[in-house]
Amino acid sequence: MSDAKEPSGSAEPNGGVTGADAPGRHVRVVLVDDHRMFRTGVQAEIGQTERTGVEVVGEAADVDQAITVITATRPEVVLLDVHLPGGGGVEVLRRCAPLMADAEQPVRFLALSVSDAAEDVIGVIRGGARGYVTKTITGTDLVNSVFRVQEGDAVFSPRLAGFVLDAFASTDAPPVDEDLDRLTQREREVLRLIARGYAYKEIAKQLFISVKTVESHVSAVLRKLQLSNRHELTRWATARRLV
Amino acid sequence: MPGWAGRVNIDGMPDAAAVPLADPRLPRKLYRSSDGRWLGGVARGLAGHLGLPVIWVRLVFVGLFMADGLGALLYAAFWFFVPLGVGGVDAQRPPALTTETAADGRRRLVARKPDKGQIAALLLMVVVAMVFVGKVNLGGGAKAYLWPTVLVGAGVALVWRQADNARRARWVEVGRRRRTLTLLRSAAGVLLVTAGVSGIFVLQGSAAHLGSVLQAALAVLVGIALLAGPYLVRMTQDLSEERLMRIRAQERAEVAAHVHDSVLHTLTLIQRNAESANEVRRLARAQERDLRAWLYKPEGTGKDEADEPDTLAEAVRRNAAEVEDKHGVPIEVVIVGDCPLDEGLTAQMQAAREAMVNAAKYGGDGGAVQVYAEVEGRTVFVSVRDRGPGFDLDAIPGDRMGVRESIIGRMERNGGTARLRAVPDGGTEVELEMERAEKTS
Repeated sequence: MSDAKEPSGSAEPNGGVTGADAPGRHVRVVLVDDHRMFRTGVQAEIGQTERTGVEVVGEAADVDQAITVITATRPEVVLLDVHLPGGGGVEVLRRCAPLMADAEQPVRFLALSVSDAAEDVIGVIRGGARGYVTKTITGTDLVNSVFRVQEGDAVFSPRLAGFVLDAFASTDAPPVDEDLDRLTQREREVLRLIARGYAYKEIAKQLFISVKTVESHVSAVLRKLQLSNRHELTRWATARRLV
Repeated sequence: MPGWAGRVNIDGMPDAAAVPLADPRLPRKLYRSSDGRWLGGVARGLAGHLGLPVIWVRLVFVGLFMADGLGALLYAAFWFFVPLGVGGVDAQRPPALTTETAADGRRRLVARKPDKGQIAALLLMVVVAMVFVGKVNLGGGAKAYLWPTVLVGAGVALVWRQADNARRARWVEVGRRRRTLTLLRSAAGVLLVTAGVSGIFVLQGSAAHLGSVLQAALAVLVGIALLAGPYLVRMTQDLSEERLMRIRAQERAEVAAHVHDSVLHTLTLIQRNAESANEVRRLARAQERDLRAWLYKPEGTGKDEADEPDTLAEAVRRNAAEVEDKHGVPIEVVIVGDCPLDEGLTAQMQAAREAMVNAAKYGGDGGAVQVYAEVEGRTVFVSVRDRGPGFDLDAIPGDRMGVRESIIGRMERNGGTARLRAVPDGGTEVELEMERAEKTS
């Protein structure tokens, strides 16, 4: 990892940044999207919020390229489009599974897509992405999200939170499996606030908990979404004719 | 054919009504009817063409049949030469409006239960054939050939009708699930013909040679199959491939048409209104919403835009879209669960709409307005939040009734609750809660 040159972290960036603004932090990012215009746009957006130290070290336009670039550069975070030639974001996730599992320097994925169709969202999250944001996100929020993902937290957009709530909502189901399959009351509350458009910091204030706690709740939700709940998710997806 | 009756635009008598409607210059062409027919659709087609009741034509055919089988020959000739017609599928002939309600009703009935009519027709034909056989007084030798001939005729009819059905199925693209049945029918037809032909051979006194004749026939068939088989397989493959391509091309044309209509149109408007940021934003948002709805079509949005929404999710989406269009402020909608609208919920929707309008008007500068609706058990919760300068209900003069009446008052009158509060980091959130009405069922 190249050293960050500018010791600029002291400048407090705008509101929503959580624990991300440790001075001199530097995140290496690969951008995977088949639209060059969009990649340029993201670059420019990130460039405008330079001080937070996100560095785009590679770009890719399809699945094969993405694998090559990611393996070569070993970024900390990959911004991944869902719709890609050659199998889509899910395919990239599948083929990068060993990199994600790497204990020393895991590659983490943040889905960044124009699509907010439920099957796309749920698909990449279950494929192992640590978060999902739509392309309408502002540059600042995007940078914050990258930091959060790099730290191992999950990033949920309101819409994604809505889908997750929807997936877990049907409580009339037979009492399946362990408690793991259920969201706790607190997690549900947190998700609900995310769905209502609250930032993590606002949620923390609202619920009188720390931002870290909010993040751990969200991570827990992500874990449940990925690891368990296959049962309910399948049922949910079937009910919606998504599978 | 199941699934067939549903397509009501198929007209049994395309030429009868459609031609004057479509193009008066076209000569009235005779088609066999593909709908409500008993055998080949000849009688029904003729009846439609001549404007006579079907039963008359059928009786005439039966009568002619009695005259030394002339009717059968005639029928076969018609069947062979007259094309099968389906109104409304052929591009040149738009769906005809049949005025004959009686015939229409009858046709539908027959179409829905095709087997009944066919069985009746077959029985009738057997009876007629028997009468005919009993009546005909040919030379003793010739009479013996009659039954094999009838058998051959029945087999040929079976196969031909099958071919007609296959053709019709192609027009309307009926699924392939009936393939086994098709094969069975064809096999039965072939069997009948074979039996008839063999019968003739046997009668000719060459019974002793029957075995060798059959063997020779089999050898010829196998030879033909070997020679033509690969070619046939290849042809069917090509055909299905071509069909696939056609379907794809159609789909692409549809996409192109949609993109052309809406997207290009919007882009033109945007270019023209480039200096007015609000208008551009509004257009872009409306277009985005439209395109999304079209691309990702969630369940239940296939409905016509015009009619009233009858579920909560639909109502929320509609309200948000309308407010967004009107005020040019993006509104992000997240909906969890869904339920049918009742009286209280309708009031809640109106209150929510009012809240969205307020948020768009006074809080729209801070970014998108966020709307969240959730159905959990009996409770329906709607939250509308903006990131504007905030709002203090107590600071609003008492004569300004907008919020008090149309949001809070409306909710309370209908047994719900409304809360307005300032969000810690600026902005206002309106929370609306309402119990769903008890199910009456």
